[in-house]
Amino acid sequence: MSKPPTLIIIPAFNEAANIRQVVRGVNESVPWADVVVIDDGSTDKTFDEAVASGAFVIRHPFNLGYGAALQTGYKYAWRNGYELVAQIDGDGQHDPASLLPLLARVESKEANLVVGTRFHADSGYRPTGLKRAGSAVFGAVARAVTRQRITDPTSGFQAMDRSVISVFQSDLFPHDYPDTDVLIMLHRLGFKLAEVPVKMRQRGAGRSMHSGAAPIYYVFKMFLSLLVTMLRKDTWGPN
Amino acid sequence: MPIHQKVVAIAISLAILIVIIELVRRRRLKEEYSWLWLITGVSLLVLTLKYELLVWLTALIGAVLPTSTLFFFGLIFLILIVLHFSVRISALSTQVKNLAQEVAILSATVDSSRGEAGPRGR
Repeated sequence: MSKPPTLIIIPAFNEAANIRQVVRGVNESVPWADVVVIDDGSTDKTFDEAVASGAFVIRHPFNLGYGAALQTGYKYAWRNGYELVAQIDGDGQHDPASLLPLLARVESKEANLVVGTRFHADSGYRPTGLKRAGSAVFGAVARAVTRQRITDPTSGFQAMDRSVISVFQSDLFPHDYPDTDVLIMLHRLGFKLAEVPVKMRQRGAGRSMHSGAAPIYYVFKMFLSLLVTMLRKDTWGPN
Repeated sequence: MPIHQKVVAIAISLAILIVIIELVRRRRLKEEYSWLWLITGVSLLVLTLKYELLVWLTALIGAVLPTSTLFFFGLIFLILIVLHFSVRISALSTQVKNLAQEVAILSATVDSSRGEAGPRGR
């Protein structure tokens, strides 16, 4: 059976040390898929490294944020007719081998969006206290609202079909940090969500985007966006 | 209201009105934003000329001094205009984000098609 047109989106901000390895891993795991790297205005050699890796590279003129970087990928996927899209972080924490089970769940039409969860016995993921607490709380909220098992709503390791892309490429998608609120929005729009355990590695080189005072703002932002997501009545017709 | 206060108040409100109209005339301020400022200038002028109106307003909102009424409305107006700017900034940042994404996708597409179709890429 021939594979539907598949795109792997890799958002990267100052990941010159990791990006080449991530692209190589993705190419090995899903050789039939196209790869697009979104360089979110990096100040290091991320762009050159990504081009050298052979991926198609889209470079933001300045830093727009993680959500906007993903959305650039969705827009590209939407315009170029991709049926199946997965996203994997450019820092090398996600194991590209886990793309296969993620994509398979979407391809089999079991779900419109599949989240790769890190909380699994052999995932190799050791989150720190605050991160773990945050994921637990937002996971509980996501479960309560969607009545589905979403243990790790903050995971950036996801796969989705074209119907989800049509929503994500619109202004309904947040710029800064898509998260539990996006999953709840999708659920309320009638999409099917699922999760698959994925392998995680410790970070390669570079700095995480969750550092400094960011986690406090993050928790605040999540509660606010969850609240307003619940109050909103977004509608989404076919295209 | 003592005549001294009245003269100062009228002078200030007139100055505000003139500055706003001049800014719009020079296209430094969009008409879209000028109406809020014009309303402020005009209401300042009206309240100064018709002091009874200010007294009536003071009684209406339950304030004791007419001065408090002025400060109260001044503060409310400032909050509203700042809120209005926050809304505008949110809209503008969405537009800037969309534009930047558009430029990024287009330039990547142009570069790659040049690389394939052109004689020797870039």
